[in-house]
Amino acid sequence: MPISDFANPSKFLTLVSRVLPWLAVAAVIAFAIGLTQAMQAPDDYQQGATVKIMYLHVPSAWLSMGIWAVMSIAALGTLVWRHPLADVAGKAAAPIGAAFTLICLITGSLWGRPMWGTYWVWDARLTSVFVLFLMYLGVIALYWTAEEPSRAARLAAILTLVGAINLPVVKFSVDWWNTLHQPASVIRMGAPTIDPSLLKPLLMMAVAYFLLFAALHLAAMRNEILRRRVRTLRLMQANEAAS
Amino acid sequence: MMASLGPHAGFIVGAYLAALIVTLAVIVWVWLDYRRQRRILADLDARGITRRSLRQGVSESLS
Repeated sequence: MPISDFANPSKFLTLVSRVLPWLAVAAVIAFAIGLTQAMQAPDDYQQGATVKIMYLHVPSAWLSMGIWAVMSIAALGTLVWRHPLADVAGKAAAPIGAAFTLICLITGSLWGRPMWGTYWVWDARLTSVFVLFLMYLGVIALYWTAEEPSRAARLAAILTLVGAINLPVVKFSVDWWNTLHQPASVIRMGAPTIDPSLLKPLLMMAVAYFLLFAALHLAAMRNEILRRRVRTLRLMQANEAAS
Repeated sequence: MMASLGPHAGFIVGAYLAALIVTLAVIVWVWLDYRRQRRILADLDARGITRRSLRQGVSESLS
């Protein structure tokens, strides 16, 4: 079966029912391995045991940007190709992206207090991530408040694409401005500056987070397809009652 | 365990707890939403309200 067939919602639901259990099991195994490695990893020579917060903070930060990138691709699918599954993908991803951004903000704050002496500072990195979180809430609110789904899809797609401007700001804020937040140490030009003994569990946790997102996104997309079926049925019912 | 986390153990444990709570909240929300949509669809089906696409054999439209 060609992969384009899964653009059909019914076939997509079949795909989800087959893939989701495997993704969920893979995510649980990856988290078990990642957390075990994280707990066994040595302390940082400067930050001590607080470096263990990195294994939650950094993958959630990567996902907070990655999910908006996924939503941006979906937004192009909505605006350019007008594919209904593209809007389903964008709408389903927004609350998950907001959750991972919230984890990033909370864990960063709890890491910052012992290391910087403050929970929060309005530097470029923290502020741009906070703006990203607000944009996620904005997209969610747009879907909740717009009466007409197709209009909500177009507006959310435009907001998503405009918001994508914030992604390079988040990524390069530590290079463009003087920030309390440290510069990139993994995804950067040249080799990672982080020690391999800390990098290995970090990458394992990143894999676990990605698998969790993939499973949650597919499940949320399935929910959204079912929600639209309910809406269609109720509209049909109302039309029949009116005629 | 807490002692091995050093003087900032509260911040480390707090971060892991917060991440766990937010993650579990999303998982439970997605699962409950799925159950709710399936229940509504089953209820509509029980009342004889089924998809036109199923009755007429035409391909489904999402919009």
